[in-house]
Amino acid sequence: MAPGMQSPDPDHPPLLECRGLGFARNEERVFGPLDFRLRGGEALQVLGGNGAGKTTLLRVLAGLLPAGSGEVRVEGRVVDRDHLARGSAFLGHLPGHKGELTALENLRFTAAMQGSPVAPETALASVGLAGFEDTLARRLSAGQNKRLALARLGLTPARLWLLDEPYANLDLDGIALVNALVSAHVAAGGSVLLTTHGAYAAPPVPVHVLELH
Amino acid sequence: MARAPSLLAVGRAQLERDLRLVWRRRGDAAQPLLFALIVVALFPLALGSGATMLARIAPGVVWVAVLLAGLLTLDSLFRSDLEDGSLEQLLLSPAPLAWLIAMRVLVHWLVTALPLLLATPLFAELLQLPRPLLVPLMLSLAVGTPLLSLVGAIVAALTVGIRRSGMLLAVLALPLFVPVLVFGSGAVVAASQGLPWSGAIYLLAAGLALALVLVPLAAAAALRIALS
Repeated sequence: MAPGMQSPDPDHPPLLECRGLGFARNEERVFGPLDFRLRGGEALQVLGGNGAGKTTLLRVLAGLLPAGSGEVRVEGRVVDRDHLARGSAFLGHLPGHKGELTALENLRFTAAMQGSPVAPETALASVGLAGFEDTLARRLSAGQNKRLALARLGLTPARLWLLDEPYANLDLDGIALVNALVSAHVAAGGSVLLTTHGAYAAPPVPVHVLELH
Repeated sequence: MARAPSLLAVGRAQLERDLRLVWRRRGDAAQPLLFALIVVALFPLALGSGATMLARIAPGVVWVAVLLAGLLTLDSLFRSDLEDGSLEQLLLSPAPLAWLIAMRVLVHWLVTALPLLLATPLFAELLQLPRPLLVPLMLSLAVGTPLLSLVGAIVAALTVGIRRSGMLLAVLALPLFVPVLVFGSGAVVAASQGLPWSGAIYLLAAGLALALVLVPLAAAAALRIALS
């Protein structure tokens, strides 16, 4: 079933709905117009080659970029950029934490910023980095840094996760870890929007596919 | 869903993190102080030991040294956060961005300006500033340096999206710094001539009050634009 094909249900509006969402840079279309819906408990995989606009789409949905055209609805209400910025957890290409701080210090900061009830130690252990608490993040490998970034997801209360290339740099265990995190989040009623440029990994949950050209 | 953390808790977390980062790079953090010390120490050497001339230019020299030392670290205010993606996460955090920026500017002031302020008696001694002028000098710096940090934060936020923006940052910041310099060192010059000098300080204080309220909001908007 393609996303956006479900019948509208006014009592349970989808967590995220985009209507005619598009973005242009210097009058050159980057993506869109796109129409899709994402309900709680669903995952949406955004596919497309390099330069297809996957990252731009995620940055627009995260509120980092202003949408060029169309509208974004969250739980049925049209929202602006600031609302989007506060309502989602975004994992981009960059680590998003400081190399000069230890793994635990970085997560403590995130936990404090998000008011998370989860202990940072628990989040760190959940991504398989137990024992690296006092290691400076810049001494961690690229894959371990990715895991540290993934640990942040466990500390945010956001229902919508926007993951840009979450499988990059990860070993097989890491890919399994991403899949487990996504499955758990979706099972808890959250939604995940993730991008990959190939179909080499996909979470083992009901996934809709949105293809960008 | 977790309760949103209080502003105070978020501010403290941000302060703690930024101060810890400064401590981890403490070699870089000492740079502004050393820079100002070198400038101030070179003036008497270059001009010879004419005590009266030194005393006359001392307020201006100290002010310029402090201003340029602050400019030195301005580019790093948001740069490293942009490069490792922390800035994205900052923009996406549930806390108001303006508040987080205010904390960041506070750290910049604590790390760059406060040591200079504490070293000012030493600078004054090196430049043979008459003792009675130390009070107006310290007072003008105490009010003027937070203003410099705040105004600088807007420029740093505006230019953070541009690679190698050091030159641009300096060119944009200097005209904004000039009034602060004129009133700040002007107060000390007025005091040296026996004129009333508190007016300039009051003006700086008024500017500081205005900047405290408006700058975080302006810098937040500038950061959002810079990241788009």
